[in-house]
Amino acid sequence: MNIDILLNKQLLYAILTSACVGGVAGYIGSLMVTKRMALMGGALGHLTLPGIAFALAYGFDVSLGALLILIFGITAIWALERKTKLPTESLTAIVFATSLAVALLFLHHDHIDIALIGDISKITFLITAITLVVSIIIYLIIRKILPGMVLSSISEDLASVEGINVSLYKFVYLACIAVIVAMGVRIVGGLMTAALVAIPAATSKNISKNLAQYTQLSLLFGAVSCALGVTLSYITKLGAGPMIILCSSTFFFTSLFFKK
Amino acid sequence: MSKEILNVKNLSVTIKGNEILKDINFTVKEKEVMIILGPNGAGKTMLLRTLLGLVPHAGTITWKSKRISYLPPQERINKQYLLPLTVHEFLGLKQITKQKITKIMQEVGLAQNTASQIIGTLSTGQFQRMLIAWALASDPEVLVFDEPTTGIDIGGEETIYSLLHRLWKEKGLTMIMVTHHVHVVWEHATTILCINKNMLCQGRPELILTKENLEKIYGLGAKIYEHRHTP
Repeated sequence: MNIDILLNKQLLYAILTSACVGGVAGYIGSLMVTKRMALMGGALGHLTLPGIAFALAYGFDVSLGALLILIFGITAIWALERKTKLPTESLTAIVFATSLAVALLFLHHDHIDIALIGDISKITFLITAITLVVSIIIYLIIRKILPGMVLSSISEDLASVEGINVSLYKFVYLACIAVIVAMGVRIVGGLMTAALVAIPAATSKNISKNLAQYTQLSLLFGAVSCALGVTLSYITKLGAGPMIILCSSTFFFTSLFFKK
Repeated sequence: MSKEILNVKNLSVTIKGNEILKDINFTVKEKEVMIILGPNGAGKTMLLRTLLGLVPHAGTITWKSKRISYLPPQERINKQYLLPLTVHEFLGLKQITKQKITKIMQEVGLAQNTASQIIGTLSTGQFQRMLIAWALASDPEVLVFDEPTTGIDIGGEETIYSLLHRLWKEKGLTMIMVTHHVHVVWEHATTILCINKNMLCQGRPELILTKENLEKIYGLGAKIYEHRHTP
């Protein structure tokens, strides 16, 4: 009986944590309209792998490891861009390939599954509470910068004339993506984090009539895919990460039948 | 006598060692329509962006108005990968009321049923009208427009310029505009500024649009055919 309660509590923590991360990841993803941003989202997920490898090797939290390596990676891309004037895409590819190589060298074979597809079995009350608070903060930040980001996605000049600091907004947005990717690796691993950000927004875009619907549905699809994926994983005993992504892509393919 | 609304003194812009604009001096008075002429690469767009504080520069730019609206050129507007934003939501980014959105859409000739249309599905002409509506939403005194009819066919182009002319008359706006269409200059400009990295001339169209000046601006072979409508 006690074991059942414990397992259910564990399930509840996993559902809450993943729904928070998935919802906010979907909401953030709704702004990823340019090719460059979508590429960045994918690359950042892979960039986290050395951080996860070190976290697992030295016994600290995987999201913390992922966040530290993301800060290092983004700073490296930014510094190399200033130094070399090469396109961000090329530099992101260089940094991400290097970090992947480092991860493969140091990742212990017992930790490969956790690093690549995530692990929800060790989610505690503290992790759930921290995830909830951080997710709410990121949601509020994105909601605040959303109008400016929307305007600058049409024309940076128009946004600047309206008094929007486009560079600052981009930086804040990228920082929010980094935090959400770092939290996402716990649930779906370093390989599939980009899907948390990209698929709910793509699904929502297929069926939305306007921006308000689009952003709200992105959040909803992200949260529901994660909650459903974790529940199905609990029932089927299959990996939570793949189940979440499969739920998310099922919503996407279903949305094609209702495409506006 | 109209009051001065913009004063530009010794304006120079240098980017990565390249001198884009050099020693530009001019003034714009209230309710004037100033059209900036110059060949490709003359620095017209750069001049407008500098006037709006978007580009670092040397020299002084003094605006006597704070209500300035801008319409960027087509190449500085992203029409790919657009969010599913409706016309109503786009104009709503200006933090104006629903009634005001309806009124502005009427003013620029956008049908009310386009309010719920996604901006990516608008025709080029409708998109441009929506941007003009955006520019008007904050009740500006000055409109700064860069090639407002690029990509629009001749019929649509005439309609956009007629619309701008009507808004100028009705609202008593000051306009600073870049265009390649010399007929527009004849019909709408009250003053012309000619540049080619540096200042070439400034004055009323009938004084500036001479064969000699046009050759100075665009090179040998440039001709002008005056075409004025009776009011």
